[in-house]
Amino acid sequence: MLARRVIPCLDVANGRVVKGTKFVDLTDEGDPAELAERYAHEGADEIVFLDITAAPEGRGTMLDVVRRTASRAFVPLTVGGGVRSVDEMRDVLRAGADKVSFNTAAVAKPELLSACARRFGSQAVVCAIDARRLEGRPGSEPGASAAWDVVTHGGRQATGIDAVEWAQRAVALGAGELLVTSMDRDGTRSGFDTALLREISSRVRVPVIASGGAAGPEDFVLAVKDGGADAVLAASIFHRRIYSIDSVKRAMAAAGLPVRPVKEAVA
Amino acid sequence: MGSPGAPVVAVLDYGAANMVSIGQALASAGARVVVATNAAALERVDALVVPGVGAAAPAMVHLRKCGLLEPLRNWVRMGRPCLGICLGYQLFFQRSEEADAETLGLLGGRTIRLKDAPTLPHIGWNSVEFVRPDPLFAGIPDGSHFYFVHSYAPVPQDDGIAVARTTHGRSFVSAVVQGSLYGVQFHPEKSAEAGQRFLGNFLRLVASASKPAHGSEVA
Repeated sequence: MLARRVIPCLDVANGRVVKGTKFVDLTDEGDPAELAERYAHEGADEIVFLDITAAPEGRGTMLDVVRRTASRAFVPLTVGGGVRSVDEMRDVLRAGADKVSFNTAAVAKPELLSACARRFGSQAVVCAIDARRLEGRPGSEPGASAAWDVVTHGGRQATGIDAVEWAQRAVALGAGELLVTSMDRDGTRSGFDTALLREISSRVRVPVIASGGAAGPEDFVLAVKDGGADAVLAASIFHRRIYSIDSVKRAMAAAGLPVRPVKEAVA
Repeated sequence: MGSPGAPVVAVLDYGAANMVSIGQALASAGARVVVATNAAALERVDALVVPGVGAAAPAMVHLRKCGLLEPLRNWVRMGRPCLGICLGYQLFFQRSEEADAETLGLLGGRTIRLKDAPTLPHIGWNSVEFVRPDPLFAGIPDGSHFYFVHSYAPVPQDDGIAVARTTHGRSFVSAVVQGSLYGVQFHPEKSAEAGQRFLGNFLRLVASASKPAHGSEVA
């Protein structure tokens, strides 16, 4: 049975792992390749690197991080942030990444998703969606008429695009996976926005990765059970060793969710 | 990159992405790895690995363009060790439903789309259930998780070549062995400890197969 994935996310700025709250107030959390390797040993099902500087000078640093990680940690690697063309995606894959995640560039040029999927296959194309709950509908319950706006440029620019519609369009264009981040919850440790996740996961067939707001193992369970997520991503609770990947997986298994055990006895 | 006397493994580079990971995982498992972009590179190697992510039709075009199509077929017909991974595994069969591509035809059967799967692509760690014991999975517990990322899977004509199955919507054959031809739908190079063990097993099978050819080697 397909296991629900637990994915540590490493936000990388100028070659260092950083973590913010609602995308700002960054703190230094360490060397990305070292952290990635540690997580792989601790049972991470995949590692996501997001280049949050996304500046041209950050590109070489990121490729080096991917190369260093791919030579030591044999788990899937996803890289996002600032990839704007088929050729740039090729460079990232050639450095050792398995998937590339597109965010601002996909909103600006949706056909980029199609071009990359044609060239490398949908399985390598992730569409990252940063969504902000629209004002005026506070505390909407799942099933109520909540709505979310797609936000780009690292949370700085509202687009007026409906996040659920964009999710469906991205899949139609060729995205093989969606990384859905609630900007309202990011770094707040107040739980995932399961209503947002449910709205999207119930409308697409590709895997949905939940992101933004993990406080504890029970949030991972809810992201899957209530949100319909196939994978759950978190950063600060792992970086700061508040919870281990193992403790999260144990909670998921106890809730009846299929997971890959951290230490699967290899004789 | 492996000790002297370690098996030399050629990884076919025919335009498929992520050559880095398979090369590094094989080296870490004890192989000496060469990247083969043409037939000449296949001389003096002990085994071939056909990796692959992407689509069947362009992969076949690339193999032909690199002049690797017939050398690869001959290699397998000579009974030399060859491991196909993901798309590489699918290419061993006769046809793929993906753009109705004609593939290598080394094994009977065709590759179909997993259309009844709950999610597609099938991305993530899934359990590999053994149909029968095989040295390829020595030391790996039945039901261990390996990393998959694909939308298609082969249906072998001869069910007897299946050594493992995996379920995603439907049950499909996730590993086959026929003589020295090995094929797996999962990515051992991305499957952490279980994957490293698997690649180590493959290298041991290669080493035992190539012993007669390297008669001067002292064990």
